[in-house]
Amino acid sequence: MIAYLVRRIAQAAAALAGVSMIVFASFWLLPGGPRSAILGGPLSAGRLSALRRDYGLGRPVVVQYLSWLGQVLHGNLGFSYVRGQSVGSLLASSLPRTLALTLTATVIAAAVAIPAGLAQAARRDSLTDRVLRGLSYVGYGMPSFLLGSILILVFAVRLHIFGAEGPQAPGIAGVLTDWQDLTLPVLTLTVLTVALFARYVRSSALESLAQDYVRTARGAGADSRQVLTRHVLPNSLIPVLTLAGLSLPRILGGALVVESLFNIQGMGWQIWQAAQRHDFPVLLGFTLVIGAGTVAGSLLADLGYAIADPRVRYTRS
Amino acid sequence: MTGRHAAPVRWSGAARGLAGRIAAANPMTLAGATMIVAMTAFCFAGPLFYRTDLVHVNLLLGNRRPGAGHLLGTDADGVDVLGRLMRGGQLSLVVGMAAGLLGAVIGSLWGAVAGYLGGVADAVMMRVVDAVIAIPALVLLLLLTAIYPPSPAVLVLVIAATSWLGTARLVRGEALTLRSREYVQAVRMLGGGRARAIFLHIAPNALGTIAVSVSFQIADAILLLATLSYLGLGVQPPSSDWGDMIAGGVQYIYDGYWWEIYPAGLAIIVVVVAFNLVGDGLRDSFGSGQRRR
Repeated sequence: MIAYLVRRIAQAAAALAGVSMIVFASFWLLPGGPRSAILGGPLSAGRLSALRRDYGLGRPVVVQYLSWLGQVLHGNLGFSYVRGQSVGSLLASSLPRTLALTLTATVIAAAVAIPAGLAQAARRDSLTDRVLRGLSYVGYGMPSFLLGSILILVFAVRLHIFGAEGPQAPGIAGVLTDWQDLTLPVLTLTVLTVALFARYVRSSALESLAQDYVRTARGAGADSRQVLTRHVLPNSLIPVLTLAGLSLPRILGGALVVESLFNIQGMGWQIWQAAQRHDFPVLLGFTLVIGAGTVAGSLLADLGYAIADPRVRYTRS
Repeated sequence: MTGRHAAPVRWSGAARGLAGRIAAANPMTLAGATMIVAMTAFCFAGPLFYRTDLVHVNLLLGNRRPGAGHLLGTDADGVDVLGRLMRGGQLSLVVGMAAGLLGAVIGSLWGAVAGYLGGVADAVMMRVVDAVIAIPALVLLLLLTAIYPPSPAVLVLVIAATSWLGTARLVRGEALTLRSREYVQAVRMLGGGRARAIFLHIAPNALGTIAVSVSFQIADAILLLATLSYLGLGVQPPSSDWGDMIAGGVQYIYDGYWWEIYPAGLAIIVVVVAFNLVGDGLRDSFGSGQRRR
């Protein structure tokens, strides 16, 4: 177990270092180099010295990288001259919104996809299985912005049941209690995530159903319901944990689109705005934070997997 | 994924085997392939039969409902939606397929080299994959399109640059098992170089895995392109694609102009589902354990 832990954590650390290098290297791809790309306008002495501090400009590349990393680790993600705000404060205001959106959607999606996938596997090739499989194909091929637009057309424009714009309340409590405006964005992201999860749960449950212990349980007189809930469910949930970790980038990508469509000022919305305004400190700072978050998320998922499934600790390389 | 090829194959054999499997394909592959051919014909041959003016803006004709003269209505600029659907589809299909293919090629080479070399090179190359995969493709794409103004060629490159990672992991796994096979060992023993072993012996034997990846990659690339265009950072005017058409329709969403959203949306879904069907069908035919993520 400890060997596995150490190896997995070392891997995550390497990935984190990789993410930081990709972001740092991007500064040099910027049009006109980091200086003019970040500041845009004329250079005042104060701004230039702030820039030197934030990115360690003008020194050997390795030193620049390390001093930039030092600043990042101390919480200084740079300053957006387009917005007149530090990247850190933009992050603090937008992170809770994105978390609220993605966590709610992911939890609901898991609660829908796990029973659906199990039911599909239990009655393989039945009508239910075929219909749900067809739906998950369509869900998988459906661009998030299209699904969101259809929901807005139907539920906000035609039926006036829900709001067409996400919650605009300043605080996170206000966002979470504004269910009328929160429903459509959460629903959009949930449907996409269900399509992502259900196929996985189904094939994972099919694999579990083919195992010897299922035959043994049946032979020992367990009925199919007991086999499903006691034996197949726990064993097929374990890989789903990894899936949740692996799906993080995809869910966050979906959240970006949902935030832009429903005008929710979360991290994805900020990135989208920054890309349009060429606000590189925000783009790069947020990319770094999201990359780090994903690495940490999949590490946690894998550790959970290792705790739940002892085979992993011994056989995985 | 191991041991499903009884005998090693070279490129010609691999290509023949692939063609054979596609010909003897299961219903999913056939259904997907039919949908792809039909949509391609619609986009490229359609304009020959359904002639429309896609160049001139005529605001007086704007936002017309579907009816005679304009089968799918007109958009805000008075341009025929059906005609735009065909023309925009050409771009969506060409850029999506090119980006998906390029991504699969990059991923296959990266994975084959890493898996074949093993050791430190493998570890370093796969940590690079870990790092890039941690950043959502869409975020990376927004960053890249903010740096490089997006033309169709740039879009092919940046989408490929963000979507080769899954393939790289799969092909690496395949290469790890293939490199210890006797025939690869024999090539090395007979004096064949590393490049020879990778390109002539490992790559063709991993063709099944690669073919499955290509179809999934194209499906993802078409979705990513549409999303980028919808966000205003994809195809730039006067060019237009399906995502960009939907973005235009969404501006009038409160007026309920559904015909400016649904046709392009349906086209995207059909094409993406089609490529996913082909991928799933091929995967079943090859009997590999590769799974859609």
